[in-house]
Amino acid sequence: MAKQIQSPLPGTFYRKPAPEEPNFIEDGASIAVGDTIGLVEVMKTFHEVKAETAGDNARFQAENEAPVMAGAVLVEMD
Amino acid sequence: MDLTGKSLFIANRGEIAVRINRAAKALGLSVIQGHSEADADMLAVRMADRAVELGPPAANKSYLDVARVVAVAKEAGADAVHPGYGFLAENASFAAAVEAAGMIFVGPTADTISRMGDKVAAREAAIAAEVPTSPGSDGRIEGVDEGLKVAAAIGYPLMIKAAAGGGGRGIRVAESDDDLRRLIPQAQSEAAAAFGDGGLYIERMVRDARHIEVQVLGDGSRAVHLFERECSLQRRRQKVWEEAPAACLSDAARTRVCDASVRMAEAVNYRGAGTLEFLYEPERDEFYFMEMNTRIQVEHPVTEMITGVDLVQEMIRIAFGEPLRLAQDDVSMSGHSIEVRVNAEDPSNNFMPFPGLVGAMAMPANARFDTMLYEGYAIPPFYDSLLGKLIVHGANREAAMNALATALDEIRIEGLKTTLPLFRALVRDADIRADKATTSYLETWLESHAIDAA
Repeated sequence: MAKQIQSPLPGTFYRKPAPEEPNFIEDGASIAVGDTIGLVEVMKTFHEVKAETAGDNARFQAENEAPVMAGAVLVEMD
Repeated sequence: MDLTGKSLFIANRGEIAVRINRAAKALGLSVIQGHSEADADMLAVRMADRAVELGPPAANKSYLDVARVVAVAKEAGADAVHPGYGFLAENASFAAAVEAAGMIFVGPTADTISRMGDKVAAREAAIAAEVPTSPGSDGRIEGVDEGLKVAAAIGYPLMIKAAAGGGGRGIRVAESDDDLRRLIPQAQSEAAAAFGDGGLYIERMVRDARHIEVQVLGDGSRAVHLFERECSLQRRRQKVWEEAPAACLSDAARTRVCDASVRMAEAVNYRGAGTLEFLYEPERDEFYFMEMNTRIQVEHPVTEMITGVDLVQEMIRIAFGEPLRLAQDDVSMSGHSIEVRVNAEDPSNNFMPFPGLVGAMAMPANARFDTMLYEGYAIPPFYDSLLGKLIVHGANREAAMNALATALDEIRIEGLKTTLPLFRALVRDADIRADKATTSYLETWLESHAIDAA
């Protein structure tokens, strides 16, 4: 079964640090433990989501600026 | 004025939407509540005569989308639009678009909003109305030489501010001529990059100040004040505790700042409810105008509690064309009021936001609680953390503090982490009870006090 990274908080998910900047992690890339994979904005404050497991071939399940619930799968990887 | 049969569209959410809804109903208006997809369950939707969806949860696709809000309100047949606070409340193009669509905007004209939104223009309007401002440059400064001349006249420390800045952005503090020589060119190029305008102005730095603000109501020609509020207890420039009146002011100082505020409101032909914000330096007994907010403010209830005037109803009446009903002599104040902002934040964990499911609630017996909460409500994570405002009134400040302590002991909101434990600590703080807090007090206090989760 594919490995997953879930959102620790409910809010709005962002794949990039600012609108004009590149994604933290591109689809297909590898992810190391401790990498920031995105931000979750909750009640106007921003929280970094860091990978707790490593994996390859990242497949994002949540789009940039998507509303997410706590526990929502943000990315799957091998 | 009979507004029966007319309708008001509320372009906001949370506790202020509830507050506007109540005021509108009391005036006989039919209420149309706009809401995002995430807010279909909110209290204001349940109270409204009709509710219409504005768009997805993200505020920039719903509550902040000017064209969308105007189109939805028009389509719903609204006669008027109330913007609340935040979101589009101080957006001049929104006010203009609402009126262009043939509806009433509950607030000042688009022209007043944009004039007061420009910091240099607002300061110039204040000076023209003989409203006290912090000593500083006469409009924009051209370069280092002019900066040094201003500094020689007003003294250090001083603040170099970007004309196009705001909300604390683009400010530098200079302590000496050397600082000024170094910082002016730096501030100029940074302001040009950040705001597309390198314009700078200078103001004397005010330390150990109180935040004092004056409530005004105007009808476009005449204005009255409804006395002042003190909001010195702030965290990250956000007010958390507000009082009316400001107990630190003498009657003479109060009259000075309130009269100045009426002059300014009349000079700019102010229409609706507005607030002039000042810093007050007790040592010099001087006020310095900071800005004018062209909307209803979060902390308006403390003014209502001491004056008995329903500010939201009055601003709606004025918007529908009724002349200001109050003469200055009609406005008097009685007793003292305190409001605390109950936020969904955990004060024992660095104010971490806590959107959650509201459990059982118990309301205090002798307090007003302006809130968006009901039992079983799931608080969406997409907007700010304000849940409600706990408001008390007493015969004097000490009585109000005691009433607040009682209300804080009685109120219960289960299922959430809130800022209530912070206020239970602050209401017993000796300096706050003695009315000693300036605008830096709470930040310093938080560094040395841990809040127990409750």
